[in-house]
Amino acid sequence: MTEAKFEVGKLSVSASPHIRCDESIAKIMWMVNLALTPAALFSIYRFGLPALTIMAICIIAAVVTEYAIQKWQGKPVTINDGSACLTGLLLAMNIPSTLPWYMPVFGSVIAIAVAKHTMGGLGFNIFNPALVGRAVLLASWPVAMTKWPTMQSHVDGLTSATPLGILKLQGYAKLVEVFGDKMTMYKSLFIGSRSGSMGETAALLLILGGIFLIYRGYIKWQVPVVMIGTVGVLTALFGQDPLLHMMSGGLILGAFFMATDMVTIPITVKGQVVFAAGAGALTVLIRLLGGYPEGVCYAILLMNAVTPLIDRGIKPRKFGARR
Amino acid sequence: MARSFRGGVHPDDQKRYTAAKAIEVAPLPDKVVIPTRQHIGAPCLPIVKVGDLVKKGQVIAEAQAFVASPVHASISGKVASIGEYPHPVFGFCQAITIENDGADEWVEGLPLNRDWRSMDSNEIKEIIHQAGIVGMGGATFPTHVKLAPPQEKPIDTFILNGAECEPYLTADHRVMLEYAERVITGMLITMKVLAVKQGYIGIEENKPDALSVMRQAAEDSGIKVVALKTKYPQGAEKTLIKVIADREVPSGGLPMDVGVVVQNVGTVVAVADAVEKGLPLIERVTTVTGGAIAEPKNLLLRIGMTFAQAIELAGGFKEEPAKLIMGGPMMGMAQCSVDIPVIKGTSGILALSQADINEGEERPCIRCGRCVDACPMGLVPSMLSILGERGLYEAAKEQYDLLDCVECGSCVYTCPAKRNIVHYVKLSKARNAALTAKK
Repeated sequence: MTEAKFEVGKLSVSASPHIRCDESIAKIMWMVNLALTPAALFSIYRFGLPALTIMAICIIAAVVTEYAIQKWQGKPVTINDGSACLTGLLLAMNIPSTLPWYMPVFGSVIAIAVAKHTMGGLGFNIFNPALVGRAVLLASWPVAMTKWPTMQSHVDGLTSATPLGILKLQGYAKLVEVFGDKMTMYKSLFIGSRSGSMGETAALLLILGGIFLIYRGYIKWQVPVVMIGTVGVLTALFGQDPLLHMMSGGLILGAFFMATDMVTIPITVKGQVVFAAGAGALTVLIRLLGGYPEGVCYAILLMNAVTPLIDRGIKPRKFGARR
Repeated sequence: MARSFRGGVHPDDQKRYTAAKAIEVAPLPDKVVIPTRQHIGAPCLPIVKVGDLVKKGQVIAEAQAFVASPVHASISGKVASIGEYPHPVFGFCQAITIENDGADEWVEGLPLNRDWRSMDSNEIKEIIHQAGIVGMGGATFPTHVKLAPPQEKPIDTFILNGAECEPYLTADHRVMLEYAERVITGMLITMKVLAVKQGYIGIEENKPDALSVMRQAAEDSGIKVVALKTKYPQGAEKTLIKVIADREVPSGGLPMDVGVVVQNVGTVVAVADAVEKGLPLIERVTTVTGGAIAEPKNLLLRIGMTFAQAIELAGGFKEEPAKLIMGGPMMGMAQCSVDIPVIKGTSGILALSQADINEGEERPCIRCGRCVDACPMGLVPSMLSILGERGLYEAAKEQYDLLDCVECGSCVYTCPAKRNIVHYVKLSKARNAALTAKK
């Protein structure tokens, strides 16, 4: 016992517990980025170099905006935690690849500067920043934001409407005709050979990314299941093709990656189920009765607004609560 | 099938360092420092003077209230000083320092040889009180008080807590393996005091040897040994009662409200020693471990030895400790010095290295809900931390059930934003208590 003795230096004194798990905000955020990567890569394959460019622009603009704001405010710079990158990537997934460069820059600045940092930064924002960015872009440049590369090719710069756009303006029969037959339509929707925003076309890869997040425990399976399920049930009730509705538009992207954004949704599973059901119902309402062909973005933003209310009303059952 | 409860977390149990190590009797120190307050409740009054010669087991400070337990000399020798001394729980506390005379002589008449079966309940309770026995799991609530529930709260079930769900600690584990008969005897005595027929021993599955040893020891006694899922905080009173007896202690209530009394393994061994042999509580088994300890051990220590002495017996430090803790890493108390006496509630002495504590910078809550999933009490810990941080202590109490928090630390353990939720909870509770006192 004569080996080197260690001095008792400064002992850290703090409240218990004294051990922590290995999770961190950065780990969670980078994992969500990772889960989005297959769908993002697919969209680069599908839509070509413009998709990659837009993605890079969105991410860089988001990260630079966060850096600038935190520097300006004298706060610690947290661009390494992956959350600004995620906002940029999600925004890119939600817009067409055909936009001129300044529009995604504007969207990212709005998302980070207005939606996130005016609220107090990470953890304090009420609305999903990427969706706020998208909503502002849609309101600012409605034409550019609703022109998508055609389903068939990505080289000639032709644009066409999304499946939901065709459904809204020309009807179900026309939509099936465009794809050839129903089975081809479902298949195209599932594997992503259709027009749409960059990240929303490949249902399969989005679902795989989502399952990864569920497996890691970062999101609850109830949210995508209830949101997509609500859309399926309600559209079927209204005599629409539920499979088409469940797989088209931004529903799968939204249900797995934005209705699960922990900062802006209720904190309890029960609350999240209410949130998801509400978002699904609002989506159907907008798609079937509204002026827009698609409503996932607004549905989630509207539910973001009632999240504090849901959290106030729905709490976990307290141990030992008198029944 | 091992039974479980809602919520909880699964930290690495870290028991491999000491689980297989038999309890070692610590050599006697040159002196002991014995605080006059080693329990939750009113302090005791010294009844010895500087210069007095005392024997092992002699009362040196007397209880002044019902919720208080007397304090005994843990070695024989001379009272060297009486004064303020650092205390592991209360900051500073009056303590009696005894210089060892090397004789290690019992006070006259001890040990005895008594048959507990011929004693009545009140007689046993008085012995337990006089022996200075308190809850040895760490809470240090006087045992004689716990064993005297008011008439209107009939008790029908006794649960022995052998879960030892805190990572690192193996003291209870070793006590069950090495003193199984004493555990059963102490438990039967306790059950006699309470006049209950149903007795259970709850042990986590990660101690299969203890489960089988206790099952064997409990044969023919009517006591049931229950395997519990290894999950923190399985050994918290409320979750333990829920899992074993399927009863929920009501919010704001105590185990006796659902007819249950829970005791720790070490406590019932102390009861057996006191009742059968007349021995007061002057020593205990403590796990000395952690990443900064050279040779982690389970030690039988006299009350009043210092942490420094115990750590020396465990080979000293092998690297600079980042944190020194009394108890387990989840609910133990951080210490600022090694010059702290071992008290009746010192279940562990933990010297954690920087790598063990895995601390990170505290960030804003991202509302991920992991704390809500982990909370065994069904609270929203994130809100408690946010309200506490902003000084909204009353809102935390009135809207988010602050007082139901048992401070198990599951939420903090699991928090990716490294928020010090339990810190804010303790702060909010203290501020609310101060507000109530003012009114």
